[in-house]
Amino acid sequence: MTRTPMRERFYAELGSVLDEDPRVAVVLAVIGAAALADTSARHPDRVIDVGIREQTMVGVAGGLALAGMRPIVHTYAPFLVERAYEQVKLDLGHQDVGALLVSTGASYDASTAGRTHQAPADVALISALPGWTVHVPGHADELARIVRREASTSRRVYVRMSSLQNATAHPVDGLLHLVRGGAHALPLVVAVGPLLDTVLEATSDLPVRVAYTSTPHPLDTQGLRTLAGPAPSLALVEPYLEGTSAAAVAAALADRPSRVLHVGVPRGQELRRYGSPKDHAAAHGLDAAGIRARVKELLG
Amino acid sequence: MTTTTVPPPVLGLLARITGDEKHDPSAHSTLDVVWVLYDQVLDVAPDRTDDPGRDRFLLSKGHGPASTYAVLAAKGFIPHAWLDDVASWESRLGHHPDRVLVPGIEIGSGSLGHGLPIAVGLALGLRIQHSSARVVVLVGDGELDEGSNAEAIATAARLGLGNLTCVVVDNRSDKLGWPGGIAARFAVEGWVSADVAGRDHAALRTALLRTAPDRPTVVVAATTDEFRGADQSDTAVTDLTAKGAAA
Repeated sequence: MTRTPMRERFYAELGSVLDEDPRVAVVLAVIGAAALADTSARHPDRVIDVGIREQTMVGVAGGLALAGMRPIVHTYAPFLVERAYEQVKLDLGHQDVGALLVSTGASYDASTAGRTHQAPADVALISALPGWTVHVPGHADELARIVRREASTSRRVYVRMSSLQNATAHPVDGLLHLVRGGAHALPLVVAVGPLLDTVLEATSDLPVRVAYTSTPHPLDTQGLRTLAGPAPSLALVEPYLEGTSAAAVAAALADRPSRVLHVGVPRGQELRRYGSPKDHAAAHGLDAAGIRARVKELLG
Repeated sequence: MTTTTVPPPVLGLLARITGDEKHDPSAHSTLDVVWVLYDQVLDVAPDRTDDPGRDRFLLSKGHGPASTYAVLAAKGFIPHAWLDDVASWESRLGHHPDRVLVPGIEIGSGSLGHGLPIAVGLALGLRIQHSSARVVVLVGDGELDEGSNAEAIATAARLGLGNLTCVVVDNRSDKLGWPGGIAARFAVEGWVSADVAGRDHAALRTALLRTAPDRPTVVVAATTDEFRGADQSDTAVTDLTAKGAAA
């Protein structure tokens, strides 16, 4: 499997992060170890491959954090978040320590690998735990800035890499940014991470504004309230489980009448098909045509 | 060997938690190990609970932390009065310990199988930082059923963590038995192993002070009358519902 630009960039950044910060240690469960061979040779004590042992991978990260280190933990999303979920909950959160978890294989990126390598619920699961920040970068440059910044903190952070990315990078300050403006009364479409370009294409001739964030959790609720206005008509388009941000949006807009549409990976049925991520996007209604059809519901 | 030689004042503190002056201290299978650790082995002190150079004791088997609370109180980590209302709304001490709430408690535990993997990371982090501190993690024989321990046993050995000791308190509460003995499970992975009588303080002290520079150490402390042999046919099966009650 060829590595995507975001993943390639992640491995490159890890080398310099390890060079510069003696507090940082990378914990792996085989995935990524080959790509980090050179870095590992430079820092054999701080690139730790525990073998195919994801529970221990996250437990070790908790222990490293308790020792004052800054663990960066990386593997496929389903193994990082779902297989080791109790470790994420207890060995990090309950111990009141942090780690930087960086997943690959977002939603249906691993389309040919089948359901075992897909975890569209990852952001919903992580954001169900207290004290986590979730970044969904839309470009390799965004990823690099996020990883460098968060590596220097002690926070609990989940970063979701994807093979899909936008043509250009946008700010990664955690805020909502208007990408395509217009009259304040126009409906607002919020695109999360790598779906921005698809949303822009889908809505190019529709009377909507488009905003972007690479940090869906915690959501920039103040920015959303300002952009959405007093009687919002809003669509939130996320590249993972549909409605993941619904509670945050509802809370942000609780004081005003609003019409909100959530667009993401449908919850109802497991898609038992292989093919390309593009095929999966189309099947899930997350290609330009599908998103366009959904957004038009807001305009009707 | 079912009697304890833990000093009577500590037993008195334990009784404040259990509320039963006549409660048999031997029911608290971890009491002797924890007492010996804090009294004779670990480099810890109540005024150094944040010292990066302190030794770490991780109670992985969070069930029945009464003996650990009693020892922490005896050694001045927590006020004795805390022992009188354990698990009440106002109490910092629960039926499973929380490191955020209790000085001297190094990990929050309760769900089984978390302490050993965390201990591996902690020992690794200390080694990376050239600390001379040790990590001692206490697990139960029943707790070893959790597969996460198998992951950590192999990982600790392969990483050569000489600053890590795992104490297995064996009160024969595991459900399906460990043919060949518990120590063998660690030894085959490269751990230094020792079987000791769990109430014998001199033997516990010797075993807990012994480390190897490049290998982790396991001490299996048997708290039942007989050492666990290869023949598991007479292994007592403890009702799981009673596990939370007996420390």
